[in-house]
Amino acid sequence: MWGEYMSSKSVMTLLGSATLALYSSMAFSLDETSKYFHPQPQSVIAQETYDQHILALWICLAIFIVVFGVMFYSILKHRKSTGYKAANFHHSTVVEIIWTAIPLLILIAMAFPATKTVVAMKDTSEPDITIKATGYQWMWGYDYLQGEGEGISFFSKLSTPVAQVKGTEAKGENYLLEVDNNVVVPVGKKIRVITTANDVLHAWWVPAFGVKQDAIPGFIRDTWFTANKPGVYRGQCVELCGKDHGYMPIVVEVMEADKYTQWVADKKKASAAVVNTAAVGN
Amino acid sequence: MAVVQDVHGHHDHHPSGIMRWVTTTNHKDIGTMYLWFSFAMFLVGGFLAMGIRAELFMPGIQILEPELFNSFTTLHGLIMVFGAIMPAFVGLANWQVPLMIGAPDMAFARMNNWSFWLLPVAGMLLVSSFFVPGGAAAGGWTFYPPLSAQGGMGVDMMIFAVHILGASSIMGAINIITTILNMRAPGMTLMKMPMFVWTWLITAYLLVLVMPVLAGTVTMLLTDRHFGTSFFNAAGGGDPVLFQHIFWFFGHPEVYIMILPAFGIVSEIIPTFSRKPLFGYSSMVYATASIAILSCIVWAHHMFTVGMPTVGQLFFMYATMLIAVPTGVKVFNWTATMWRGSMTFETPMLFAIGFIFLFVIGGFSGVICAIVPIDIQVQDTYYVIAHFHYVLVSGALFAIFGAVYYWLPKWCGRMYDVKLANMHFWLSMIFFNVAFFVQHFLGLAGMPRRIPDYSLQFADFNMISSIGAFGFGLTQLFFLYIVIKCIRGGEKAADRPWEGGNTLEWTLPSPAPYHTFETPPVIK
Repeated sequence: MWGEYMSSKSVMTLLGSATLALYSSMAFSLDETSKYFHPQPQSVIAQETYDQHILALWICLAIFIVVFGVMFYSILKHRKSTGYKAANFHHSTVVEIIWTAIPLLILIAMAFPATKTVVAMKDTSEPDITIKATGYQWMWGYDYLQGEGEGISFFSKLSTPVAQVKGTEAKGENYLLEVDNNVVVPVGKKIRVITTANDVLHAWWVPAFGVKQDAIPGFIRDTWFTANKPGVYRGQCVELCGKDHGYMPIVVEVMEADKYTQWVADKKKASAAVVNTAAVGN
Repeated sequence: MAVVQDVHGHHDHHPSGIMRWVTTTNHKDIGTMYLWFSFAMFLVGGFLAMGIRAELFMPGIQILEPELFNSFTTLHGLIMVFGAIMPAFVGLANWQVPLMIGAPDMAFARMNNWSFWLLPVAGMLLVSSFFVPGGAAAGGWTFYPPLSAQGGMGVDMMIFAVHILGASSIMGAINIITTILNMRAPGMTLMKMPMFVWTWLITAYLLVLVMPVLAGTVTMLLTDRHFGTSFFNAAGGGDPVLFQHIFWFFGHPEVYIMILPAFGIVSEIIPTFSRKPLFGYSSMVYATASIAILSCIVWAHHMFTVGMPTVGQLFFMYATMLIAVPTGVKVFNWTATMWRGSMTFETPMLFAIGFIFLFVIGGFSGVICAIVPIDIQVQDTYYVIAHFHYVLVSGALFAIFGAVYYWLPKWCGRMYDVKLANMHFWLSMIFFNVAFFVQHFLGLAGMPRRIPDYSLQFADFNMISSIGAFGFGLTQLFFLYIVIKCIRGGEKAADRPWEGGNTLEWTLPSPAPYHTFETPPVIK
C-alpha cells in the first residue's frame, strides 16, 4: 500500500521537469537580454566565468544522472512490495576509496580554470583609466582619477520616478535600472574601478562584466574590466545598505574611443561652466 | 501528553499543570517543549516569509515599506536559524539521545531545564522588537556593521536575544557531549553508537567551539554601538571587515550545525526502511568528522567579494571545494544502503529520499558557489537564496519532518494518519521546488537579495516563487493538524512500528514511559 505514494511516473516527471527547466534556460542565454540566465558576457572575465559555470553544470548533470539513476533504479526494483529480499552487505573498502578519489579528481579539474581566472581578476595593474566609485546611502559617486577624463566627478542617482514605484504610473522599460548620470567608459580599454563607501557597506556590480566588489567605508578595494563592445550595461548595489538598498542602480555606458573623447570634452565644458557661474555669482 | 504521567513509581512525584513544565528535569518533557517552541517560531518565521513573498509578488511597493521589508528579511533569517531549526534539533536530541544510548536521562537535568527556558525569553525579545521605536533590526540576519550600528533599540534587543540563544545552545551542547560520553549503556562503544548520536556528538563540539565566538562578536558590536569602542569603525581605527571574519568563523560551522544532525536522522531512516544495515558506518563517522573540521577553515568563502588577496581567495576556494568529498561519500553511502534493500516508503522514508534528492541539488549549487569567479557573479543574489534554502529547508527541515514522522509513534504511542502525512510530503516537495527552483534563475539573471522591489524582467519568476511559497506555508499548517490529530487519538502504535527499526528506542513500549532505562540495557 505504501508503494503507490511513490510511483515511478511521478518521480520521473519531477526529475524530468527539473532538468528540463535547468537546461532549457541555457538556450535563452544566447539572447542578449536574457531574463533567465547570465546576461551575455561582455568582458574576458565574464566570458571565463560563464564558461566555467556551464562546465560545472554539465559535470553536475552527469553526477546527478549517475547517482539518482542508481538510486531510482533501486527504488523501483528493490522494494518489499515486489517481494525483493534484502541483502546484508554493509561496507566495501575498495568502492569507498573509489568514490572518494573520483570526486577529488573532478574537483581538481574544476579548480584549475577557476584558479587562472582568479589570478587574472586580481590583476588590476596598468589600467588605462581609473575610476573611483563611492557608495552613499543611497547613490553612487564617481571620480575619474587617472587616464582620459581625469578630473571628471559626478553623482549617479536612480532616475525612476517615485510614482512608478508606488504604482500610480506605468513602469518604464528600465524600471529601477536607470540613473541620471551614467558612468561612461571607452570600449576595449582596461578600466580599474576603485571602490569605497561614505557610510555603510555597499557593493558595485555589473553582471555583464563579471565585476562585483564590496565598497567599504574607510578602506579602498579595487577591481577591473575591459568592455568588449559599446552598449549600456546595468547592475545594482548588492550589499544591504539600508532602506533604499534596492534603489541605487549602476549604469555603465560603453562608447567608441572618439565618442568617449567627445563625452569627456562635453563633461569638462559643463563643469567649467558651473565653476564660471559660481565665480560670477560671487 | 498527559498520558505519560506515571503515578506509581515513588520517584515520579512531580507537579502537575503548568508547574510540571516549568520545573521539569525530564528529558522527554524538555524535548517536547523544545519541539513545540521551535514549531511556534517556525510559524512566526514563516509568517515573515509570507510577508516577504507577498511584497515580491509583483514589482513596485505594495504591502511593506522598504525599511519594514528589511526587518522582515532580517527577523525571518534569525528566527528560522536560531528559533526554529536549531531548537528542533536540540529537542530531537533531548528525546532521542538517551533513548538511543540506553541512558535514563540527560547528564545535567537541571541545566537542561534552564537551557530550554532561556529560549522563550529570547524568542519574545526578537518578536517584540517589531513594536519598539525604530522597529526591529533591519541589517540582515548577518547584521554587518556599520549598517547594524545605525539601527535603534530593536538591534540591541536582537543582540541580547543572540546572547541568550547562544548561552542556551552552549549549555545544551555541553549536556549532550557529557551524556553521550558518559552515559552509554554497557557494551555500547563509540563505534556502535547510532549515527544520529554520532552526528549530534560532533555537532555539539562545533557548538561549543563557535557559539562563544558569536557571543564575542555581538558584544563587540554592542560596545561599538553604546560604549564608544571602534572595533568595526574605520574612523576609530577599526575595520568593518573584521566583523565579517569573526561572524563567519561562527557562521560557517553554524551551517553544519544545522545539517549534521539531519545527516544523522537520514542515516537512521534509510537503513530502517531499506531493511539493511547502514552502508559504510565507519566512513560515515569519518566523513562527519571531516566535514566538521573542514567547516572551520572555509569561512571566508562568504566574503569573496570583500576583496581578499589572491592567495586568500584560492585557499578558501580549495578548502570549500574539498567539503564536497566527504559530503559525496555520505550520499553514496545512503544510495548503497538502499541498493538491494527491501524498501518500503512510509512517510519518514519519503522525507529522507526527498532530503537526499534536494540536498544534492543544494550541494551542487554549493560547489558552484565555491568556485570564486562564479561566486563573485552570484554572491548576494537570489542564486544564493535558492542555494541555502535547498540545504536548510529541503535539507534540515525535511530531515526534521522525517524525524517527527519516524519517532512520533514512540513519543505519543499513536500512529498518525498516514495518508495525510504522505500528502504533507508531496505538497511540501512540490511547493518547495516551485518556490525556490526558479530563484536560481533570478539570481543568475541578476536579481540581488534583500530588495523589496525589482526591475520588470524578474516579474514572472518572482510571481511563480511567491505562489510556491504561499503553498508551502499553508502546507505546514496542515502538518500541525496532522500532529494534533495524532496526539488526540490516532490508532495505537506498536512498540516497534517500523519493521526494520533496530536501535534501542524500539525495545521500549509505545508511548515511551516517563522514565526509561533506569537499569541500563546490555549491548551485545
